[in-house]
Amino acid sequence: MTAHVPIAALTAYATGGLRADDAMAWPVEAHLETCAGCQDRLSGLVTAPVREILAEARIAVLAQARNGPRPVRRRRLRRLSHRWASWSVLPWALVTLIAITAAFLLDEAFPTRSSAVLLLAPVAPLGGLAVAWSRRWDPAWETVSGTARAGIELLLRRTVVVLATVLPLLAAVGWRLGTNPALWLLPCLTFTAAALLLGGLIGVSRAAALLGGAWLLAVVLPALVTVRLPVLVQPESAGGWAMAAVALAALALLRADDHRYQTSWT
Amino acid sequence: MVRAVSADEVAPSTEAWQVEAIGLRVKAGSRLAVDGLDLTLGPGVHGLLGPNGAGKTTLMRALSTVIKPKDGRLRLLGRDITDRRSLRALRSRLGYLPQHFGFYPRFTVRDYVEYMAWLREMPATAVPAATQRAIDRVGLTDRADSRLKSLSGGMLRRAGIAQAIVNEPDLLLLDEPTAGLDPEQRVEFRELLRDLGDASCVLVSTHLVEDVVAACSNVILVDQGRLVFRGLPGDLVRLGAKDGIGDSAAERGYSVLLRDHRSGS
Repeated sequence: MTAHVPIAALTAYATGGLRADDAMAWPVEAHLETCAGCQDRLSGLVTAPVREILAEARIAVLAQARNGPRPVRRRRLRRLSHRWASWSVLPWALVTLIAITAAFLLDEAFPTRSSAVLLLAPVAPLGGLAVAWSRRWDPAWETVSGTARAGIELLLRRTVVVLATVLPLLAAVGWRLGTNPALWLLPCLTFTAAALLLGGLIGVSRAAALLGGAWLLAVVLPALVTVRLPVLVQPESAGGWAMAAVALAALALLRADDHRYQTSWT
Repeated sequence: MVRAVSADEVAPSTEAWQVEAIGLRVKAGSRLAVDGLDLTLGPGVHGLLGPNGAGKTTLMRALSTVIKPKDGRLRLLGRDITDRRSLRALRSRLGYLPQHFGFYPRFTVRDYVEYMAWLREMPATAVPAATQRAIDRVGLTDRADSRLKSLSGGMLRRAGIAQAIVNEPDLLLLDEPTAGLDPEQRVEFRELLRDLGDASCVLVSTHLVEDVVAACSNVILVDQGRLVFRGLPGDLVRLGAKDGIGDSAAERGYSVLLRDHRSGS
């Protein structure tokens, strides 16, 4: 910071002795703009007419503050929720809650059959993703998708919200059933990353539908028919899931630019 | 505190045109809605006219970088839109009001405009004041804290215009902004348009020929995805002085241009 304005220069400035074309005028003003201490000293030096004008201005400002419109309250929580979540996710969250609870009750009632919770876990976040990033469910998609933050940033924010809804539910249910956390967590993350990667190419909603449908047809249906827990949701495949999750997440980040255009919203 | 002025703010514009399209082709679904369009736009208010299905909305979407053109070159604000590194910076200087303006019903006008300002990466300290100013400019001051679902159609349009202008964009795209506005609001809106056109490039797509004549410095007519005519609003009036169908000289001029184009092609 520069030194403060010398008292002689400040007096000259206050009484009008320092003209606009004076070499000192500019540095004095520049300093006064930012230095509260010098502003304070200046106020003691100004002449009577200036003081009158200031007093009038002060009264006017105070009157405006009393009678004018009240400042708008800052609502941080509300703003935060707007930036992360999209309202359309709410009904989906309810459906997911019901589905996971139903799967939990099934598992408790029939502990010898294939675990419904484990079969449901991989596809649990897909519905939320499809709803959070689609032309159909996000009414403002067209205004949003042309903005700077649209694309991977906004999509990842919404994905985080979806996962933050699904994972605690699965964790609670998994803990009650005493299952290995890796068995529901890793497939869940793998399918999320796969949906993001594929979504860049064919649209997130379509990708979610495709992956969910494929899982249901290829794994869940046979498991229900044969009454045997498929190898994919047994402890020995956890390593494979972990590798798939890491690889797909890396690929999804590499292809992040795909989400910038309208094609990602279908 | 001294406000830091970023290099971006003081950099002189190096582009000759805010919009520069050469042989632009854009698909809407499977159809080529914009088919080989050449267009350059500088500062001012440009009125985009054309019959239904002429490709106006698709063109607006391409200019707002929502859809990627299939073919041709498109430079906005001096940057090629296929350049992935500069797209984000470019988008924060755009403003766009879509034709089917969707909104979150539970947001208030202020929430919505602030959210859009945030999405366009305005500095956080500038957002509240810019939001208030945008709302004031469209005349929604007394409804700023009403929820969007409680607004009438005309007010919603104005909220849409407010979100488009909140970041003081260098390129502003308004698709059918006057739909649902009453005559008094339309007159006010034209004034706002002229004001905005002083500093930036504004492209207004509309069906209302009189809006173009009253508020635009330039007229662009497209049909079947191609440029048919560009000139001054006065040219439309002159063309329609004795020929064509319509209630006003400008409308007749518009019909003459379309008729000549269709019989020629």
